Amino acid sequence: MKNKLSRFAVPYVVWMALFVVAPIIIMVVYAFASQNGGFSLENFVKMGSYTEVFLRSFKMAVIATIICLLIGYPVAYLMSREGAGFQRTAMVLIMLPMWMNFLLRTYSWITILDNNGLLNQLFQKIGLITLYNNITGSNLTYFPMMNTGGAVVLGMVYNYLPFMILPIYSVIIKLDHSLLEAARDLGANSSTVFRKVILPLSLPGVLSGITMVFVPSVSTFAISQMLGGGTELLLGDLIERQFLGGAYNPQLGAAISLVMMIIVVLCMIVMNRFGEGEEQAVMM
Amino acid sequence: MSKELIRLHDLCMAFDDELVLDHINLCINDSEFLTLLGPSGCGKTTTLRIIGGFTTPTSGDVTFDGVRINDVPPHKRQINTVFQKYALFPHLDVFENIAFGLRIAKVPAREIEERVMEMLEVVSLKGFERRRVDQLSGGQQQRVAIARALVNRPKVLLLDEPLGALDLRLRKDMQIELKRIQQQMGITFIYVTHDQEEALTMSDTVVVMDKGRIQQVGSPEDIYNEPQNAFVADFIGESNILNGTMVRDGVVRMYRKEFPCVDGGFAPNEPVDVVIRPEDIDIVPVDQGQLAGTVTNVTFKGMQYDIIVDLGGFKWLVQTTDHSPVGSQVGVKIDPDGFHIMKKSEYSGMFGDYSSYSEEYEELADVSALEEEESGDEE
Repeated sequence: MKNKLSRFAVPYVVWMALFVVAPIIIMVVYAFASQNGGFSLENFVKMGSYTEVFLRSFKMAVIATIICLLIGYPVAYLMSREGAGFQRTAMVLIMLPMWMNFLLRTYSWITILDNNGLLNQLFQKIGLITLYNNITGSNLTYFPMMNTGGAVVLGMVYNYLPFMILPIYSVIIKLDHSLLEAARDLGANSSTVFRKVILPLSLPGVLSGITMVFVPSVSTFAISQMLGGGTELLLGDLIERQFLGGAYNPQLGAAISLVMMIIVVLCMIVMNRFGEGEEQAVMM
Repeated sequence: MSKELIRLHDLCMAFDDELVLDHINLCINDSEFLTLLGPSGCGKTTTLRIIGGFTTPTSGDVTFDGVRINDVPPHKRQINTVFQKYALFPHLDVFENIAFGLRIAKVPAREIEERVMEMLEVVSLKGFERRRVDQLSGGQQQRVAIARALVNRPKVLLLDEPLGALDLRLRKDMQIELKRIQQQMGITFIYVTHDQEEALTMSDTVVVMDKGRIQQVGSPEDIYNEPQNAFVADFIGESNILNGTMVRDGVVRMYRKEFPCVDGGFAPNEPVDVVIRPEDIDIVPVDQGQLAGTVTNVTFKGMQYDIIVDLGGFKWLVQTTDHSPVGSQVGVKIDPDGFHIMKKSEYSGMFGDYSSYSEEYEELADVSALEEEESGDEE
């Protein structure tokens, strides 16, 4: 039995070794190497000048995660209370954008947010811009929305919201209905049932939703480049530049990646503690 | 005397087009232990859920202390429930599970402490207050569920097959325990079960249900000794049910012979169902018996032998402490008070024949073996 299992596990182990363990080892080796080879810590010293980028990345990822949570939890909860047909339709609608290419989806936001994009045209038509100018005494012909931090956060929220909704939804939908009846039986009205039973029991879903939104948000580079127009340099952009851009320096890129990874893992460990290890399997 | 607490008046319940409850009328007294007994699908759980407020009846009224409570939501009823699968909150420990209702009612912390501890004492779970509920055995979880309901001092406790998941021994212990708790607290218990023995052991009043209708209401003794129709006679204990004719008061005819009995009040020569409990039949030598037949099957049951006797093509179940070999000719003798006469009903002819005895028993044995396994896993 044991032999059989390990035989089946071989492809998995090989896969893991090739595509997970090996890259991490290479990354660590690069991170501790100077540009002309040999051990050095200069990459980490150099990183000090990028503190601002680190802070901005984490700040934006946190904001995007919070917004996703604020939108995603109610959506997941309300969805779980509807009929089976509604739930199926809602699920398809939530998944639908994910069947489209990520870059395409993000590009389409440019046509919406652009200075003469769909939204600004709409605002102009309904007289919102004129109204704004009259009130503030400014002289705008459009609301600048592209190439701002807000646009980047919007891109993150838009792209990663399904990853918040789905885990929360799947936890809530699996809640034992008799627990809710028991709570009502013991004197809880609907809001108390939610506060004292549904919310605490859906925390594992919330934690995994936060992980699944925060991690890609903190490391994204495409969104910030497309919607931020290079004004909002994020960690992902910084790392990309070290490998592909003019600032070619893979050692530094590896070091930044390593530090980012460590910070993310630390965040997750703290979060796990916070969740009291209710369902350990949730993370990773 | 005890006063009326809950009354169900012409209660009907339909899911889609299926009538689950068919004009239920029932009166439940204060501080009584009432059991709703019936096979699965008979409507007993639906009745309980209506009393608890989780289901709204299609028509009919529920009154509590004389007040109509059809539209009162569960959290505003002075009724608590012990759910079939306990439904303990997995994110709370034993203490917090029991304190749940009190915290919602904003009872002062010191009083909560006192009352929870008192309840833990009642259900013999002292020292378990900080345990996680998933670390408890089935029997312990069950007792937490009871404590969680009782700590709110409800006027009525509803129990939905609470012992179903426990193994036989624990079930027996808990039956006695539940009865003790009910007497100690002096409140009304409404208990749902499909286990007739459980119902007879614990109840003051048994309500036998089938097909959404109440078949009989009475004390356990009444239900057992004076079943109203073939369904009740068959469902409660073992019964041989035969066709007969009530010649006159005190005389019943079957097998073309007249037998003395103690029942009366039927029309002359009215066709009736005759119930004879297996333990009321004596096996005697052929020449001393009222009827004679052949033994076709003998099963040793520990306390007694279950003997199947073929009497003119109808197979009787006889329970006796004396062994009779298969194939032997025996006589049977029944005392006059061993006959119970019932009016014909829709159930006549459906029960009480032991022709399929062996298969039936094997099926029963399979089911109980399965149950045993399941509850074993939970322990």
